Amino acid sequence: MATISPSTAEIVRQSGAVPGAEYLLEVANVRKAFPGVLALDDVSFRLKRGHVHALMGENGAGKSTLMKIIAGVYTPDSGSFKLKGQEIKLTSPLDALRYGIAMIHQELNLMNPMTVAENVWIRREPLNALGFVRHDEMRWRTQALFERLDIPIDPGVEVRDLSVANRQMIEIAKAVSYDSEVLIMDEPTSALTEREVEHLFKIIRTLKAQGKGIVYITHKMNELFEIADEVSVFRDGRFVGEHAAADVTRDDIIRLMLGREITQMFPKETVPIGDVALSVRNLSLAGRFRDISFDLRKGEILGFAGLVGSGRSNVAETLFGVTPATSGTIAIDGREIAIRNPGTAMDAGMAFLTEDRKESGCFLLLDVMANMQIALLRHGHARVGFVKEREIEALCQQQKARLRVRTPDLEEPVLNLSGGNQQKVLIARWLMTKPRILILDEPTRGIDVGAKAEIHKLISELAGQGVAVMMISSEMPEVLGMSDRILVMHEGRMTGIVDRKDANQVKIMELASQ
Amino acid sequence: MATDISTAAPTSELPSAGRRRLPPELSILGVMIGMMLLFEILGWIFVGQSFIMNPLRLKIMILQEAEIGIIAVGVTQAIIMGGIDLSSGSVVGMTAMIAASLAQTEGFTHAIYPNLTGLNPIFPVAAGLICGLMVGFINGWFIAYTKIPPFIATLGMMVSARGVADWYTNGQPIGNLEDSFAAIGAGWWPVIIFLAVAFIFHIALRYTRYGKFTYAIGANPLAARVSGINVERHIVLVYMMAGLLSGLSGIVHTARAISGQAGVGMGFELDAIAAAVIGGTSLSGGVGRLTGTVIGAVILGILTSGFTFLNVDAHYQEIIKGGVIIAAVVADQYRQRRRKGA
Repeated sequence: MATISPSTAEIVRQSGAVPGAEYLLEVANVRKAFPGVLALDDVSFRLKRGHVHALMGENGAGKSTLMKIIAGVYTPDSGSFKLKGQEIKLTSPLDALRYGIAMIHQELNLMNPMTVAENVWIRREPLNALGFVRHDEMRWRTQALFERLDIPIDPGVEVRDLSVANRQMIEIAKAVSYDSEVLIMDEPTSALTEREVEHLFKIIRTLKAQGKGIVYITHKMNELFEIADEVSVFRDGRFVGEHAAADVTRDDIIRLMLGREITQMFPKETVPIGDVALSVRNLSLAGRFRDISFDLRKGEILGFAGLVGSGRSNVAETLFGVTPATSGTIAIDGREIAIRNPGTAMDAGMAFLTEDRKESGCFLLLDVMANMQIALLRHGHARVGFVKEREIEALCQQQKARLRVRTPDLEEPVLNLSGGNQQKVLIARWLMTKPRILILDEPTRGIDVGAKAEIHKLISELAGQGVAVMMISSEMPEVLGMSDRILVMHEGRMTGIVDRKDANQVKIMELASQ
Repeated sequence: MATDISTAAPTSELPSAGRRRLPPELSILGVMIGMMLLFEILGWIFVGQSFIMNPLRLKIMILQEAEIGIIAVGVTQAIIMGGIDLSSGSVVGMTAMIAASLAQTEGFTHAIYPNLTGLNPIFPVAAGLICGLMVGFINGWFIAYTKIPPFIATLGMMVSARGVADWYTNGQPIGNLEDSFAAIGAGWWPVIIFLAVAFIFHIALRYTRYGKFTYAIGANPLAARVSGINVERHIVLVYMMAGLLSGLSGIVHTARAISGQAGVGMGFELDAIAAAVIGGTSLSGGVGRLTGTVIGAVILGILTSGFTFLNVDAHYQEIIKGGVIIAAVVADQYRQRRRKGA
């Protein structure tokens, strides 16, 4: 396979010897195997200039592998790779960047203690004659770049002081600063609020108008229809189809992704609502939220809606004793209790699935069983400190079967499981403690459609068994579909509680931005 | 077991089911045996005698590593929990002095405490252990409640505890120790004590709540906290165990040397950390086993006695030992990358 340097490719293109290729990027018949796994099998993918091409598929379907091949992280075992009609071969991400292919990672790769400008121009700092960095030039260059993309961030601030959304914008600006023509975005909206998503989409449309091609990976169906021109669907390492986004429906995509129908996305069952299980009055945490009051009843699912940063997760953390309240009362089954730490909350029958799986949920290096049993150990299952292994293993096996956790066995490190299965392991951890009040913070974030439906079904079942559920979610359809009532927060205050029958997207958004 | 894997939506990412998991110590055990064989061959070539078939040498080799090994049992736990303990060598010196001062022979006129001579060995032993526990408590308290890095907390303690050891008798050694006390360090006792504590804590790490919490905190302290573990209290507890074991090592050393000297144990902390790391304990926490640490300690012992056996200069010994430690960590990094990779 003849390879040519990026500069040569550019000269050839400009000379007109190659007609302005319709496709920026053409990948054909790509195959990639890892030990024991065929990650991609004969996959083809084409990206048009000025188009957004969405990749969809369950976790493990191969879209990440394909994306990493395009970004030069992996080298394909076989297949062809053409950029603007020229056959090329990428050897590293840096190589890809030189060819004008930039990837914006889901886990942001910025250096937090450095300034925005330093981050954007890292490795390419403008230097003076003595080799010192010219900070002022770097600054105005950043300024100019941001203006072009309509990003209102001061290039002089340190990245650690910025929100996730702003960091995302910087990553995108950085990619653009390389004059990249192909931009790969891996679930760019997973940590963004609705308004921030709007801003991101505006930027994407600007980039489109400039003739750049964008590979867009997402789990969110509504984004697909809003921003994508084409969609390619993957399943089990195979390419299942490419369609114009305008020609397909949501159901089509789900069918393609799963190879089966999902009959009900939000299987909310009507269950009898019981007595008040959790009663919160004027709960406040200085600097985070204030005067939160609500009752949560047995069998009820109380949704928590609001923008990211509105204080929903802080309320959950305070209820569970991670950050004890500065004022207000919490009563469980009518009895007021002081929750000072997660232990007291657990003893009172609470369980808390945290928002960030990796940060505060999983013990990534430990095996599935160690991850599942850890909360249970507080509730006995030990004799003079010795853990009753066999008893606990049986319980873990039971949860594994019930939640259909896909793992070869309980000794597998949780690191090797997909996001959805890690989430199931964490849910199992809490179900084993037989909670009466279950707090879920973004229970289905970043997991695939199949696992999502299973988790929704499970939440419904639990409510049916009389568990009181508090569910924080940034996904509007999830909140609307699952909740009996929805509490909406804005900037640390609650702006209203809406009944299921009165709830709709507009109403919630109004309250959330009040 | 694999049959309940969902048939509805198979994924290609499913790791190959039912593959055999070999205990991670096997590779390090292989290294140990390989090293012994290497010294055996080199022995026949250069010295004309067997390395392995010499019980006396093996005994010396094992004995000199027993004290390091006892410390390593404690420091391994601190490392698994995501910490480190640099103070152990100094604690050996400190407990050596304190234990020795309470173990002097009856009627010895120049005793440190003339009124406290000829005591039952229980007393010096208890004093040494309590002293170790207290040091561990202070280490753990500062790490857990002031959130200073374990490296700094135990580095400070390393300096201070050595200071206490020197201050205790102004640097004078303490001799004339009771035979009943010296018996603790005689014969195979240090080795028996080492293997006993290694076994006890191996069981504790594998099968008790204490162990599960230790691994959990090392793997993810935040998640451990959210899972209802009293993280601060457990940190204090584990450092107390590390201190206790350092104290025990100091007692064994004093009993074996039949004298208390303020300078003993210098550098022990590093050898102990090296034993843990060679044995596969990851400095980033959450990973490690005491079986590995025991093998790691034996490997260090083989290196020292093997080179001495071959009449290799002591300076070269240190250079090569350093290289082995680094090689062990590189191998560990490589293993971790492979586990995460692909």
